Amino acid sequence: MKSVCFYFQVHQPYRVKKYRVFDIGTDPEYFNDRSESDLNNRKVLEKVASKSYIPATRLLLQLLQKHPELKVSFSFSGVALEQLERYAPEAIELFKKVIDTGRVEVLGETYYHSLAFFYSPTEFEQQVTKHREIIRRLFGVRPRVFRNTELSYRNDLAGWADANGYAGILAEGWDPILGWRSPNYVYKPVGSQNTRLLLKNYRLSDDLAFRFSSRDWSEWPLTAEKYGAWLGAAEGDTVNLFMDYETFGEHQWEDTGIFAFLEQLPQELGKNNGIDFKTPSEVIASYDVRDEVDMPHTVTWADTDRDLTAWVGNPMQKAAIEAIYALEQDVILANDGRLIEDWRKLQTSDHFYYMCTKWFGDGDVHAYFSPYESPYDAYMTYMNALSDLRLRLSKRSG
Amino acid sequence: MKTRILMFGWEFPPFNSGGLGVACQGLTRSLAERGFEVLFVMPKKFELSSPYARMIFAEDQNVTVRAIDSMLSPYLTTKSYLRERESGGFYGSDLFQEVERYRAIASSIAREESFDVIYAHDWLAFGAGIEAKKATGKPLIVHVHATEFDRSGGADGVNSHVYTIERAGMEAADVVIAVSELTKNIIVEKYGIPASKVRVVYNGIDESTAPSGLPSKRMRSLKESGYKIVLFLGRITLQKGPDHFLRAAQRVLQQNPKVMFVVSGSGDMDAQMFDLAAELGISNNVTFTGFLTGADRHDMYVTADLFVMPSVSEPFGITPLESMRLGTPVIISKQSGVAEVVRHALKVDFWDIDDMADKILSVVGMPALSETMSMHAREEADKLTWADAAYKVDTILHELV
Repeated sequence: MKSVCFYFQVHQPYRVKKYRVFDIGTDPEYFNDRSESDLNNRKVLEKVASKSYIPATRLLLQLLQKHPELKVSFSFSGVALEQLERYAPEAIELFKKVIDTGRVEVLGETYYHSLAFFYSPTEFEQQVTKHREIIRRLFGVRPRVFRNTELSYRNDLAGWADANGYAGILAEGWDPILGWRSPNYVYKPVGSQNTRLLLKNYRLSDDLAFRFSSRDWSEWPLTAEKYGAWLGAAEGDTVNLFMDYETFGEHQWEDTGIFAFLEQLPQELGKNNGIDFKTPSEVIASYDVRDEVDMPHTVTWADTDRDLTAWVGNPMQKAAIEAIYALEQDVILANDGRLIEDWRKLQTSDHFYYMCTKWFGDGDVHAYFSPYESPYDAYMTYMNALSDLRLRLSKRSG
Repeated sequence: MKTRILMFGWEFPPFNSGGLGVACQGLTRSLAERGFEVLFVMPKKFELSSPYARMIFAEDQNVTVRAIDSMLSPYLTTKSYLRERESGGFYGSDLFQEVERYRAIASSIAREESFDVIYAHDWLAFGAGIEAKKATGKPLIVHVHATEFDRSGGADGVNSHVYTIERAGMEAADVVIAVSELTKNIIVEKYGIPASKVRVVYNGIDESTAPSGLPSKRMRSLKESGYKIVLFLGRITLQKGPDHFLRAAQRVLQQNPKVMFVVSGSGDMDAQMFDLAAELGISNNVTFTGFLTGADRHDMYVTADLFVMPSVSEPFGITPLESMRLGTPVIISKQSGVAEVVRHALKVDFWDIDDMADKILSVVGMPALSETMSMHAREEADKLTWADAAYKVDTILHELV
């Protein structure tokens, strides 16, 4: 028997509006852009909900009804769920319905989709707890498998998950780490007792997430039949297909045929003998551990480096993330709900990603996904908002 | 057989007063390196006997220079030409007579020399290019580094005589080379030249344009006492936006008084800028250095914490590249050609004083911003070479010859 294990990530940050030096001390609202630009969180949420979350989940619901063997998993950031509740409640209702089928697992993460694990263990715990609460409130379930922001992972995160009773944790199946091992098995992280490690099969995942509509790709057009055959031919116990949920309808537009592809996939997969769908918890329960995996250094699912350099690679990114965590003690002590919330919204990893200069000069505009004109604009905006937050803090404490 | 280019151009650094001479030199060198023979004709205000021309291209076997006596300068307006003529006592009674003289000399040179293609840089040389084409029937390329619409900065209005000469050159040309898409648009829209005839070739930057030296004492002591230095370097004229620079300076100083604004250059708005600084109440934080060349110019770039090019209209704009090459971050006007090729710069609308001030404050106040920009600026400027520009010109030449 072999399984296909889908995990879809749903996340939307609170983008910081254009915030100038002159605004410091005059405007405590950082996330309320009302322009036509992609800094307008409401506009972005409405767009992505109508192009992706709503049609994809509606389709998923039909497929779950039609194919009783279909199973998938989701991870939702708290900030995405908050915004969807406010701007696209229909998407929340659809998510509730698919989760109510009992065949859709919800994973645990940080509420603010942050990199807190690497900067503040206490803050990290707080955000995981807050995330658990919103998942219980909206969906009535408790996550048993954890995935950290951007699939960032290292041994001590597994240690934390182990100590906190998680059955499993997700990470990138990166060849330099795995060596001869295949990502298509269940592994045990170094040092953990009960927690198991599931690794992303990035080739087959990226065939959908990145290459699906690329006409330069030799396999274009990718049909459900072809892809089903590839999955059927894959060696191992489980093929872990991890990707952003926006793959369906937003990254790959409807006219690329992505929805039709998704619709046909269960029946194409059914043509293979001995293959089924499983959620991450079921995969862990069903297959034996193949080996132990040691990842002392942080690995992520990002770009060709698979590390954190897309978020904290340049001096601006380092300065920004150090500046936000340097405020922790004062913000917590100030005990002001608004202040704490704004401080946490500024921890979302996207803010640091927008400051990434790795590919900015390459002339490949598409390599830089950002609502800002440049990484420099992103940094200035962020640091100015942070200065205002610091000012609010000093007024409170002083 | 080597392709031979008869080129009508301008004086080279250090005797020129702006980017055009730098561009002529950079392109000529790189074309020579690609194996073209260039006969470079330039009007000179100085003694013909000087070994300067031969010195400049001493190592370039493929370049021959013919200098002709003239007091033409590409940046002369009719008014400033008259002023210069009165003070210098040169011959010629009128700028346009000088252009006519250049044209006539060009014609005789064209008949004496053998070449395959004619190449003229900017309007003062266009007449010469047209004449050479008439005399020999060889194909003509005109290279537009600036148009009358840029030079006039939108205020004095466009000189119709200059416009006519520019348009005649573009019409007579087989190919028009523009230094940016911005300039191409002006050529198509304002001069009625078919877009298919206009090609964009961006300028490059060479090591030779950045000689080394030591920062001045005054600048060093300012920095030691904690001042950040923000530099404007260019002609002090409407087109370059020095007034916007000073108005942004005033906004900056309200927030951060430890900034010194340096204005390097000279031009027809010198006096006006002294007055404006006084009027804005910021004279103590503005330093006027006059026109800088060679090592002094290099030092100014290096000393500065930030370079600002607030041009109202800038066909290309090579100074930000000079600054970036030396690792000094830049803020550039969106109304510039260089903004089309440079990514690691902050971009502003020249009229948006608040945005400019905001960005100046950010760069001088956020070390990580300036460090990241500096690092990438060097890398980026190093990639924008005259060799690339010459490669593009090469492909255009091959279509014609």
